[in-house]
Amino acid sequence: MTETLPSPVVNADSAPYWQGAREGRLLIRRCDACGQTHFMPRHLCPACWSADLRWVEATGRGTVHSFTIIRRAPLAAFAPRVPYVVALIDLEEGPRMMANILGDDALDTAIGDAVAVCFEDRGEGAAVPQFRRAGGRG
Amino acid sequence: MSETSLRNRVAIVGVGESDIGKVPGMTGLGLNAQAAKRALDDAGLKPLDIDGLLTAYSFTEPYFMLGSVLCEYLGLQPRFNASLVVGGATPAVMLKHAAEAIVAGQAEVVLVTAGENRATGQSRDQAVAALTAVGHPYFEQPYGSSIPGFYAMIARRHMLEYGTTREQMAEVAATTRRHALLHPNAHMKAPLTREQVLAAKPIADPLGMLDCCLISDAGGAFIVTSAERAADLRAKPAYLLGIGEFHTHEHIMCAPSLTEFGATRSGAAAYRMAGLGPADIDVAELYDCFSIVPIIEAEELGLCPRGEGGRYWLDGRAAIGGGAVPVNTHGGMLSHAHAGAAGGLFGIVEAVRQLRGGLGARQVEGAEIALVHNEGGILSSHCTMLLGKDKA
Ligand SMILES: [Zn+2]
Repeated sequence: MTETLPSPVVNADSAPYWQGAREGRLLIRRCDACGQTHFMPRHLCPACWSADLRWVEATGRGTVHSFTIIRRAPLAAFAPRVPYVVALIDLEEGPRMMANILGDDALDTAIGDAVAVCFEDRGEGAAVPQFRRAGGRG
Repeated sequence: MSETSLRNRVAIVGVGESDIGKVPGMTGLGLNAQAAKRALDDAGLKPLDIDGLLTAYSFTEPYFMLGSVLCEYLGLQPRFNASLVVGGATPAVMLKHAAEAIVAGQAEVVLVTAGENRATGQSRDQAVAALTAVGHPYFEQPYGSSIPGFYAMIARRHMLEYGTTREQMAEVAATTRRHALLHPNAHMKAPLTREQVLAAKPIADPLGMLDCCLISDAGGAFIVTSAERAADLRAKPAYLLGIGEFHTHEHIMCAPSLTEFGATRSGAAAYRMAGLGPADIDVAELYDCFSIVPIIEAEELGLCPRGEGGRYWLDGRAAIGGGAVPVNTHGGMLSHAHAGAAGGLFGIVEAVRQLRGGLGARQVEGAEIALVHNEGGILSSHCTMLLGKDKA
């Protein structure tokens, strides 16, 4: 690899999320006022604006809502990885997030595939949530 | 509080395009200036007549306070000025803001411009890297996502839900190119077949290189004034009949849907203000950063039923003389020009020209009402306008 893949950018909204990723846990925000979960992490709930939020660990199971196979990398760091899959994943808990589909069978990804979270090392202990095909359709 | 209608209150009285394509002798500001001068000449106005200026943003010349910078460059001291950023939706939104300012008495003659030297003002890698920054910096960019990739995910979902095909998307690019060949200032000058689009280098499946918009040096401008003042000017006015906007998200991961977007709502607001509907439209200039986009917009704006946008092109209905509402008669961003916010602005320029008439083979016969739709982000921000040869 000629250039390293980007490391997570940690800020006040997301620090526990990225700490969770370091520990191999996918954390999402749940609102104690209305019960909704959301992605990405925020200071308040986008559904009801309550700031009464807690972090909950997602099961890490989800389904592929849509995906693309990137054939031309937008940044040099991703060029060695081409072709690779970028997907929108609907988590079992409801929220949607973006990730790559990793694994030898990634290029066989189809909409509706069941996927499970895994974590990819991005240096110095940092990790980003990623997904692998889990077999079957969600 | 009820909405103040902008119907019949203002008109576009001058339009201009800079030189387009690879224009190595020009800065981005220079392209804006050239387009503004041509628009002003078209209107028969003088620089001192301008008392308002709106512009957008620039990736190649990212000045802070771009609106003020452009006023300074042009030697203008207006009483109304801003730079607005709602991505590709910016030009249509600028028309709305200009109209509101004029109706409120805050300006009388507003110059609206956008343009960048994207072809020669940056390397291809810089261009791609800058556009990558459109993805969410913390939750999308770490995955090597790209703008074509985002639109590819939308295209794939449309294919699944409605049976839209790659051939239909390729026909968008091919039809649009045929239109561009009728435009003397279009960036692309060579014919393009559907087969060539399908065989082009893959970028982000299912989109290939020729499903993606151009990277051009280009600037565009138009002049807005009150309907009263428009009547005294030399160019045939294009009256604003209706305009509306709607915004649902910025990043695709937060889009409420990958198949239903805000164009339905922005279009409904524009139709309502104008007292018109899709059956009244003679010509449409739709945002076409990727071939899937005008397919979706044609559906959302009522040119065809939901799910039939792909067939609208494949059946030839989007073509000039195709028996329905022709789309992107200038060649769109796929073949006429794309340079930041100028891309969508050229749709407004073309709509005005179609309403004036006399465009030869490019002319839509009897064009009296034109629809223009601009979208920004990843189908995030939408603005739809209806322009008329006459007041509604
Ligand atoms: Zn809530």
